[in-house]
Amino acid sequence: MEGPEDVTLVEKWAALEPGSPLHAAVRSRSDVFAMTEATHEAALRPRDLGGFSHAERAALATRIARLNEDDELAAHYAAMLEALSPDEATASIADPGYSGDAWSRIGAVLTFTDLVTMNPKDTKPDDIAALQAAGVSDADIVRLAELNAFLAYQARLLAGLRLMRRAA
Amino acid sequence: MSAVLHEFTTEIPEWRPRVKPIDLAEATPEQLDALKVTPSNTKVSDYVLVLANDVETLKVRTPLFNAIMYNKGGLGRAEREIGATAASVVNRCVFCAAVHASRYNQLAKDETLMQRVFADGERAELEPRAAAIFNFATRLSKAPSEADADDIRQLRDTGMSEEEILDLILSASLFGWANRLMHVLGDPVAKTGNDAAEQRNEGR
Repeated sequence: MEGPEDVTLVEKWAALEPGSPLHAAVRSRSDVFAMTEATHEAALRPRDLGGFSHAERAALATRIARLNEDDELAAHYAAMLEALSPDEATASIADPGYSGDAWSRIGAVLTFTDLVTMNPKDTKPDDIAALQAAGVSDADIVRLAELNAFLAYQARLLAGLRLMRRAA
Repeated sequence: MSAVLHEFTTEIPEWRPRVKPIDLAEATPEQLDALKVTPSNTKVSDYVLVLANDVETLKVRTPLFNAIMYNKGGLGRAEREIGATAASVVNRCVFCAAVHASRYNQLAKDETLMQRVFADGERAELEPRAAAIFNFATRLSKAPSEADADDIRQLRDTGMSEEEILDLILSASLFGWANRLMHVLGDPVAKTGNDAAEQRNEGR
């Protein structure tokens, strides 16, 4: 049995009641939750930054959490962002109302992020071409897609766990 | 160049990347390790070579993917494939849907369920337990999630345990992730050769 220090972020946010059947189910999948935590680190705080600083990643994650209307998730990433003392331009990424300058690198990154988060079915080859035209490297496009994709997973896992707890 | 597929199919297509896969000859030791490339195993799909551009995430995501889809106990493997396919229908990932619908067909020895899903999409009418699973996974896959307490109650009403419902949440959520890579970073195209088998595992 793991101690409280091994409780992962998603478990903490889901506020599982110790000893409940849901808590037992989550504990029986503790490997999955530990690996979920590891992917959080890899997407948000990688050793190899590529073209996205830790602050930019935290700001993008805050934006994605807000687009998913998840206040708790957004608060987590906003605190992560704040702790990294972002400059004004980076901090503004976190606001879904901010779209950056048209044709700029960050403008292209935000257009892509909003589309992949909210409407992935409508992504087209041109959306990747727009990032490339804005100077985003192919490796950074993959990093950006992974960050988006991880957040999509994390937000849904958390939403599902909360529903299970509330509908107990 | 083969045409891009837009309709759901259980024929597994090929996947054509929109960004550059890494060059195996120039791969770092960390990338080779994440790709599980050994002298006797040098076949790696373009999809995985694309993901190797972000090797730190790939390295931890692969075991997570396998645990969620294949670990023991909890929800049966065929029903996890319904969760994966439901997400792929919402996100219109034709490649993921083909792989996971056909895997469902193999595991369940039934083709009628996926025929209905591909014909009617999110409105497909299924038997009660499959319907509860498919509807919940579909609604969880929306952005933001539209799943609610009533969806959970319907799962419980079919007799599903907490462990089973948790596994369904995990498989549907995982495909919120997988779809945003597979459908965003490349296109499904009609198979031209016989080398698509290597891409079966969601492209792994």
